[in-house]
Amino acid sequence: MSAARTAADPTPGPSPRGAWQTLVRGLRLSPELRRGLGLTLLLALVATSGRIVVPIAVQRTIDGGLLAEGGPDVAFVVRAVLAAAGVVVLASLAGGLMNARLASATETALSGLRVRTFRHVHDLSMLHQADEQRGSLVSRVTADVDTISQFMQWGGVVLLVNVGQLLLATVAMAVYSWQLTLVVVGTFLPLVLLLRWFQSRLSRAYDVVRVQVGRTLSAIAESVVGAPVIRAYGAEGRTDERVGEAVDRQYDASVHAVRIAAAMFSSGELFAAAATAGAVVVGVLLGLGGQLSAGRLIAFLFLVTLFVGPVQIATEVLDQAQTAIAGWRRILGVLDMPTDVADPALAGSDAVDIPPGPIAVRFEAVEFRYPGATAAALESVDVAIAAQRRVAVVGETGSGKTTFAKLLTRLMDPSAGRVLANGVPLDRVRFASLRRRIVMVPQDGFLFDTTVAENVRHGRPGIAEDEIALAFTELGLADWVEQLPHGLATRVGERGESLSVGERQLVALARAYVANPDLLVLDEATSAVDPATEVRLQRALEGLTRGRTAIAIAHRLSTAEAADEILVFDQGELVQRGSHVELVHAEGPYAGLHRSWARGRSPRAPAA
Amino acid sequence: MRTDSAIVRKGLRILGMAIRTRPRPFAVSIVGACLYGGMTVAASVVIGRVTDRVIVPAFSTGAVGRGTLALAAAAILGVAVFKAVGIVLRRVGASIMQYQLHAEFRRRVTRRYLRLPLSWHSAHPTGELLSNANADVEAAFAPIAPLPMSAGVALMLLITGVLLVTTDPFLALIGFAVGPAIGLVNWRYNRRVQGPTTRAQQLRAEVSGIAHESFDGALVVKTLGRERQETDRFRASSEALRDQLVRLGRLRAVFDPLLEALPQLGVLAVLLVGTWRVAAGQLTQGGLVQFAYLFLQLAFPIRIIGYLLAELPRSVVGWERVERVLSATGEAAYPDPAPGGHAAATGPAHAALDDVTFRYTLDHGELHEVLRSVAFAAEPGRILALVGATGAGKSTIASLLVRLADPDEGAVRLDGRDVRTLPRGAVAREAAIVFQHTFLFDDTVRANVTLGAPFDEEDIWAALDLAQARGFVEALPAGLDTVIGERGTSLSGGQRQRLALARALVRRPRLLILDDATSSVDTAVESAILDGLRRAALPSTIVVVAYRRATIALADEIVFLAGGQVRARGRHAELLESHPAYARLVTAYDEEPAGAEAAELAS
Repeated sequence: MSAARTAADPTPGPSPRGAWQTLVRGLRLSPELRRGLGLTLLLALVATSGRIVVPIAVQRTIDGGLLAEGGPDVAFVVRAVLAAAGVVVLASLAGGLMNARLASATETALSGLRVRTFRHVHDLSMLHQADEQRGSLVSRVTADVDTISQFMQWGGVVLLVNVGQLLLATVAMAVYSWQLTLVVVGTFLPLVLLLRWFQSRLSRAYDVVRVQVGRTLSAIAESVVGAPVIRAYGAEGRTDERVGEAVDRQYDASVHAVRIAAAMFSSGELFAAAATAGAVVVGVLLGLGGQLSAGRLIAFLFLVTLFVGPVQIATEVLDQAQTAIAGWRRILGVLDMPTDVADPALAGSDAVDIPPGPIAVRFEAVEFRYPGATAAALESVDVAIAAQRRVAVVGETGSGKTTFAKLLTRLMDPSAGRVLANGVPLDRVRFASLRRRIVMVPQDGFLFDTTVAENVRHGRPGIAEDEIALAFTELGLADWVEQLPHGLATRVGERGESLSVGERQLVALARAYVANPDLLVLDEATSAVDPATEVRLQRALEGLTRGRTAIAIAHRLSTAEAADEILVFDQGELVQRGSHVELVHAEGPYAGLHRSWARGRSPRAPAA
Repeated sequence: MRTDSAIVRKGLRILGMAIRTRPRPFAVSIVGACLYGGMTVAASVVIGRVTDRVIVPAFSTGAVGRGTLALAAAAILGVAVFKAVGIVLRRVGASIMQYQLHAEFRRRVTRRYLRLPLSWHSAHPTGELLSNANADVEAAFAPIAPLPMSAGVALMLLITGVLLVTTDPFLALIGFAVGPAIGLVNWRYNRRVQGPTTRAQQLRAEVSGIAHESFDGALVVKTLGRERQETDRFRASSEALRDQLVRLGRLRAVFDPLLEALPQLGVLAVLLVGTWRVAAGQLTQGGLVQFAYLFLQLAFPIRIIGYLLAELPRSVVGWERVERVLSATGEAAYPDPAPGGHAAATGPAHAALDDVTFRYTLDHGELHEVLRSVAFAAEPGRILALVGATGAGKSTIASLLVRLADPDEGAVRLDGRDVRTLPRGAVAREAAIVFQHTFLFDDTVRANVTLGAPFDEEDIWAALDLAQARGFVEALPAGLDTVIGERGTSLSGGQRQRLALARALVRRPRLLILDDATSSVDTAVESAILDGLRRAALPSTIVVVAYRRATIALADEIVFLAGGQVRARGRHAELLESHPAYARLVTAYDEEPAGAEAAELAS
């Protein structure tokens, strides 16, 4: 199933622009779309001539052939028909060429746009990559690009050809008889208004359908994803009712929409007939006055049929165009989001590398404020961490310890103050150096849907298989790899879900190990893992942190206890610092945290 | 590989079934389609007649009767009105038929989901089940949309054929050459695009998959500086999609103009041959105009038949997937409720596993024994902890206790009665389970706690209190009536677990099963919950699956499992002393990360 387009767009972006501005900006970003557009438009016009030539041939045949002085003139008709056939063939060739050109230009352009947007999303800072925005960011590079593609390949072609057709048909009509042209155009004008009215009702109806489809999908998804809960709580009846209600509403909305659509499409027939009847009546009267030939009048009857289609299709296509432009606007909105945490190497000038050797970290009067937040997430943090120390950062949820880690790895930049690694401010360090020397192991140990070896290879591209095996051995995990069904070649499944939470962390640790960073930032997982894996994890961590500066966002007492030093955060401030032994006996939040940990840990002898 | 004709036959059988179940909207749509088809031919006949009776005489004689002119206009308009009515009936009828079938089969499929055992659920990926109820149902009935129109077109072609043959054999020849040619080209086109279209759809899914995965793992990508490699990976997939779409565009570039040129050339041929026949006195001018007009009118509708044929294979695949769900078996059997029902028991329940063996079939058909001859009882009002390494069978026991699955051997007993002898819904009334993975409905907090059962405000708040959830629920914008989940406020993992806990507690179950249900909750909050459970006068027997020692220590009795068997039973302190494997397991988690010692313990 494709990603459903979200109705509300939570992605913050610059102020919305108009359709025209979007188009101009979009075309500027994708030069492939503009290149050769003139020729494509010309080809579209030629392609339409095939449709116009038929009514003209009808007129020539009737006036010059059938009703020729002295009986039907077959030779004249042969000439006229052959000429017309030549035009039809030419128009076909032009049509084919136009289609092919449009397809390759748009798809090349859109693929470029897709890739560019994808890269831009990765370049955005963590602030814009929050969990709840991820789904909509995926839509930017999938569904939104698809709507533009669909529009370009279908609606766009149709629109081009139909506009050409309308133009040429009007010209042909005007040449034959301006009076009849007025009759036909006059009849179609109200249709345009009526269709627009229908179209706005129809798009509202389709909006309702879309919402209802979403509800049905989520109701059905609940019955699948929530199966254990539904079964255990005997909620089958209630769930069935919820699905039924959603399904019924979707049905009602769909039927409502189809009624409007049917009325809309049939109205075209009535107007076409009115125009035809009007042309016959007025044409015959004009003909009596000698102002029109029979062939021209009959040609009009054919030309009228060329009018209905475009008028009807245009309203539909314009609606499609609005959807496509809205998609385009959203994509541009993402591209316009500034990459606030950018690689200084791209800006040129004074990008530096972190001086070699184990990394010492210093925070100087660092403050961080999330956009729009009144309170600072982190305030006046001044701290120096010596190289090769093992530091645990502790604090309650919301104390600022995660923000501290993000600033340390330059996932975000401080609002004030600076973060230095070996004396160099992080925002001056080129990413090539930064990302190689400072590595963070995130909480969930995210894995890609490939093998264990490939996942580790993300840490150091190109590393050989036996080096990966060696890494696991050095981390004391050889036995774990051995018991995997296919060893290092075992696939980990989507998001690594074939492995347990703890096993995923093992792979994430190996990945960090081969990256061989000088500063390691660990965001410890909160969820419990099975004890045997826990032992392995501790062993691997020991191997991983040895000889490096290691800063762990600790959720476990054991990590804090084992650290050389503990930083305690509370409400955005660094409130305590010292070893476990010092802190546990000092007045302050750490002693409190320790007590609640200890309660959970030693049930036999509650901590005094 | 089945032959095309077999697929077409199967596709037509599906259509036949659809028609039999929804005869009325189908009849409406067919009447509409025939009206439409007939009127399309009629319109050209009218144009021909108007040419012969009105236009040509008027232009040659210089005079025309008012009545004649009015009649011509009325005929043109009248035919159009019937045609418009035909369009409305056809479209509305066909859509109603299609939507009714969608609705019916969506419900039938989801009803099966609600009935089929969880083992069946876990054997099928979520995505597949969702698409069975949605995309597959839609695909199965996709040919219904073009079906009536196709019938109308068939009628149209039949009338045209008869008219042609009876009017002029030479014009008939053109008709019989051009008509089938359009059909053939269109059919070829539909066949040629099928492969690339499917491939493009797969590539689209691949592009989307990479984007999903890559953005999900954005933190890893960023912290390892893998943006360029990820972009390359995405680009490769995006360009493969581009190439496929360009290929499709090129196919269209070949076929579209051809499909457009064929009827135009047909009309030109009619003009040529027609003139010759008029000169020979075999055809009127009106006849020529009529067929020229008709050929242009037929050009587009004729394509619908190719479209119908192209939809059939998709329909067959969709239907077979839907049928697989509808015919799946294995649902738990429930005896009929005893007449008058049985008296509701009060007080904590007695729950027992009686020599239970449980197996499941692995992907490659091998049987895996999860539990072997497991026997233990949870005494009324006591707290029993299931302890064991991953894969020891703890969660299986939890789900057997609430009859989410039935044992292969032995029995699960609630108050001494085999749960298989209890009527539907009875176990759910007595026992509640809280899973490790929380599931919340896209609904209000209240509905998520009550699941539609009539609990009053006081009960709900009491349960929320016990689950340590009052604080955050009170802080929600609309309190109990705040919509949470996909379209509402999002909650943290710990908050979600606490709501799931409240959902169980509000029912005052006689048997409460906690399957690692507090894993995402802060240690401090967890101990508050556990304290609350210990102190609360709950009329419950509690079975708890836990890793954390605090949770384990809550228990009056421990059942220690390994490899699907009970290895030891007793109190925590006793087992620590007497059972080294148990001691290793529960202490490992809290050990210092002192490498050597930990390694030794794990060996």
